[in-house]
Amino acid sequence: MSDDARKTFALDGQEVPFEPGQTILQAALAAGHYVPHLCFHPEFRPHGSCRVCTVKVNGRTTASCTTPARDDDVVESHTEELAELRRSLIQFLFTEGNHFCPSCEQSGNCTLQAVGYELGVTTGHYNPLFPNRPLDASHPDVLLDFNRCILCELCVHASAEVDKKHVFALSGRGITKHLVVNAESGRLCDTPLAVYDKAMSVCPVGVIQRKGRGFAVPIGTRTYDRAPISGIAVARREEV
Amino acid sequence: MSSIVARHRHDGTRLVQILRDVVAAEGYVAPRVITALAEALALPRAHVEGVAGFYSFFATEPRGRFRVLFSGNVTDEMAGSRELCRRLLDSFHLELGEVSRDGLVSVGTTSCTGLCDQGPALLVNGRAIARLTPQRIGAISSLIRGGSPVDEWPKNLLRIHSHVEKRGILLSDQLAPGEALSAAVRRGREATLAELVRSNLRGRGGAGFSTGAKWSACAAAPGEERYVVCNADEGEPGTFKDRELLGGHANLVVDGLCVAAYAVGAQKGFVYLRGEYEFLVAPLEEQLAARRESGLLGRNVLGVDGFDFDIELHVGAGAYVCGEESALIESLEGKRGIPRNRPPYPVTHGYLGKPTVVNNVETLAAAAWIVVHGADAFRAVGTAKSAGTKLLSVSGDVDRPGTYEYPFGVSVERVLADAGARNTQAVQVGGPSGTLLAPHEFQRRIALEDVPSAGAFMVFDRSRDMLAVADNFARFFAHESCGFCTPCRVGTTLNAQLMARILAGKGSRGDFEDLARISKLMKAASHCGLGATAGNPVLDALAKYRPAFDRRLKSLDVLPPFDLDEALAPAREATARDDAGAHFDEEDERVIPGGGYE
Repeated sequence: MSDDARKTFALDGQEVPFEPGQTILQAALAAGHYVPHLCFHPEFRPHGSCRVCTVKVNGRTTASCTTPARDDDVVESHTEELAELRRSLIQFLFTEGNHFCPSCEQSGNCTLQAVGYELGVTTGHYNPLFPNRPLDASHPDVLLDFNRCILCELCVHASAEVDKKHVFALSGRGITKHLVVNAESGRLCDTPLAVYDKAMSVCPVGVIQRKGRGFAVPIGTRTYDRAPISGIAVARREEV
Repeated sequence: MSSIVARHRHDGTRLVQILRDVVAAEGYVAPRVITALAEALALPRAHVEGVAGFYSFFATEPRGRFRVLFSGNVTDEMAGSRELCRRLLDSFHLELGEVSRDGLVSVGTTSCTGLCDQGPALLVNGRAIARLTPQRIGAISSLIRGGSPVDEWPKNLLRIHSHVEKRGILLSDQLAPGEALSAAVRRGREATLAELVRSNLRGRGGAGFSTGAKWSACAAAPGEERYVVCNADEGEPGTFKDRELLGGHANLVVDGLCVAAYAVGAQKGFVYLRGEYEFLVAPLEEQLAARRESGLLGRNVLGVDGFDFDIELHVGAGAYVCGEESALIESLEGKRGIPRNRPPYPVTHGYLGKPTVVNNVETLAAAAWIVVHGADAFRAVGTAKSAGTKLLSVSGDVDRPGTYEYPFGVSVERVLADAGARNTQAVQVGGPSGTLLAPHEFQRRIALEDVPSAGAFMVFDRSRDMLAVADNFARFFAHESCGFCTPCRVGTTLNAQLMARILAGKGSRGDFEDLARISKLMKAASHCGLGATAGNPVLDALAKYRPAFDRRLKSLDVLPPFDLDEALAPAREATARDDAGAHFDEEDERVIPGGGYE
């Protein structure tokens, strides 16, 4: 590649530069363009399970977090068609789990809720599945509330790749897919999870909660109460 | 347990095979066994639990010593499988999914077992039994009570028939073992690859990718280690042509795999056989053993210096998604069968990250044929864009169900006539993920340029309820979604729930809109082909058989998703009332036109 010119693709008509190996979402965020996303985390390899970051590349829909950026590609993101698609995906996630924002410790800091507001999701629309997902309060310092799990796998990757503990994994298939912990008892207290683990800090919703601390920041003054996620996600990338 | 792990050389990539052996020995995978396996294989326990929890043949709760699974394909249901299942359940005073109190037997359902030409069918402890009748159910019930192992049951009961109804170039060929491989060696590697490219052979699994291009890309990929895989995970409901090829023409298939190995430079091959075809394991192992004896597998195959190649049989465990090539590779590596992100593609980063070719059974048979007879002879058959023949698995409302081999380009009406179909209302070509054709489309042709098909050809006459057909397919996808991505995981379940509601006469027009919206979302946003096609049967049925839906419809735009009277039941119980005033009267129902519910 002797070409000195920077490689770029067009995102909604704007030129976005990228480094070799970057995916569309990575390059877009780095350049200050927000594309809604949930399961993507800048410190982990993108895997593309939530599909909220779906864009159109040269007319074909694809997850922008896992699709490599290519020179001269035409990418659409900010269109009504894609907003509708993303709204439906958020509705699917609200339908699948048990999400009660008003009483949730994570309200205001929750990515699912924030992306929902960003996209203008006002109802779950579909008949809620109301799954039966018991809490795990066995660990002295940590509460697991599986009701809120969106199966993003971030805790699985953080525990395996950073903490080297493999505390979390996924089992089941299809709609019965669920988070499990690495213990024959199935209880978190029988795993080596510690509060300083990376896995404690990556959950985009409110599954993994510190015990002994509640509503430390009042609702109404939390992260996404103060500013929409589109601004915050981009600002965060600029700090990095 | 330790002997099972030792037999598999403490190799974690063999976890699916190990779990199969555990289930064969103990009936299910107990929590203590998961812990022991994790320790013996040096894997995280949660990983082993995740793999055990993924495949439907690995129960993690106790099951009966005899585990019966009725094939749930629509053709089985049309042939009376539900009634036969009820009969077996009644004979043990059981309900579906329960284990009898003495631990003797449990009965459930499973996805299509690939015996649609001789259904209804079931699996008992993994062994297939076809052509079920009330008499056969009675015999099975007695044999279970007798307690003898399934292997010792009457041969006649366990026999799987071959129904080849029409032979073309593949099914009429009588190549000797190694004949195609010898032809390839005579041609040489480069010329074999070139001949494959020139033949215009395209993958028979449905996607239609050029086989020559795939092999060439793998041969050119950097690295020393290479793999070839025969995809015999024939899970598309209504498809059984690979069963016929592997049963009666395994020589051609195995030779095709050897030719692929020679052409790309692979040292090892796998046959990934779906678990439902366990009855093919012994004959295939015999065939591989005979080839090792005669120098067709092993070191310096056919005396070619440095051509070391052997084949391992890997048996699946009830997961349709593993027919997708990258999910199949994950499963071969002992993992959950989740399709990978691409790029990179398997031809450069496949099994264990090495260059890998994955080909359908029928593709490999055709490749073997091509190296013997040449690309020109192959291209002389079929159409301009679709060279060669296509094996069709014809089932449903026909006089002669079975496997039919036609040159590409055959019309749907010709197949219907040959198979003895009458008063045909619809044909599902390519299975639930394919296309539903109505009578005005029967002149269309089976070919990549018109109606592509991986093989299924399910026929429905005018007595069939097309809504029930679509409902069956919606349930199939909900059961088989791997759950990786949001649209497919949630969408397939919502579709199945909506179809059940409409079928029960509780649907509303709003539900039709939801079905269409969900199906389109899955098509646009899913991670793999399973999700992308999961909405097809519902969309096709809505577009072509709308009256079947409308008949079940209440004349309201929106209905509440729950039964209002049923919702009052706890209140009635609490107040010990059951008078008219404690019941919801449908006449009083006031629904806001255009929808007031959300």
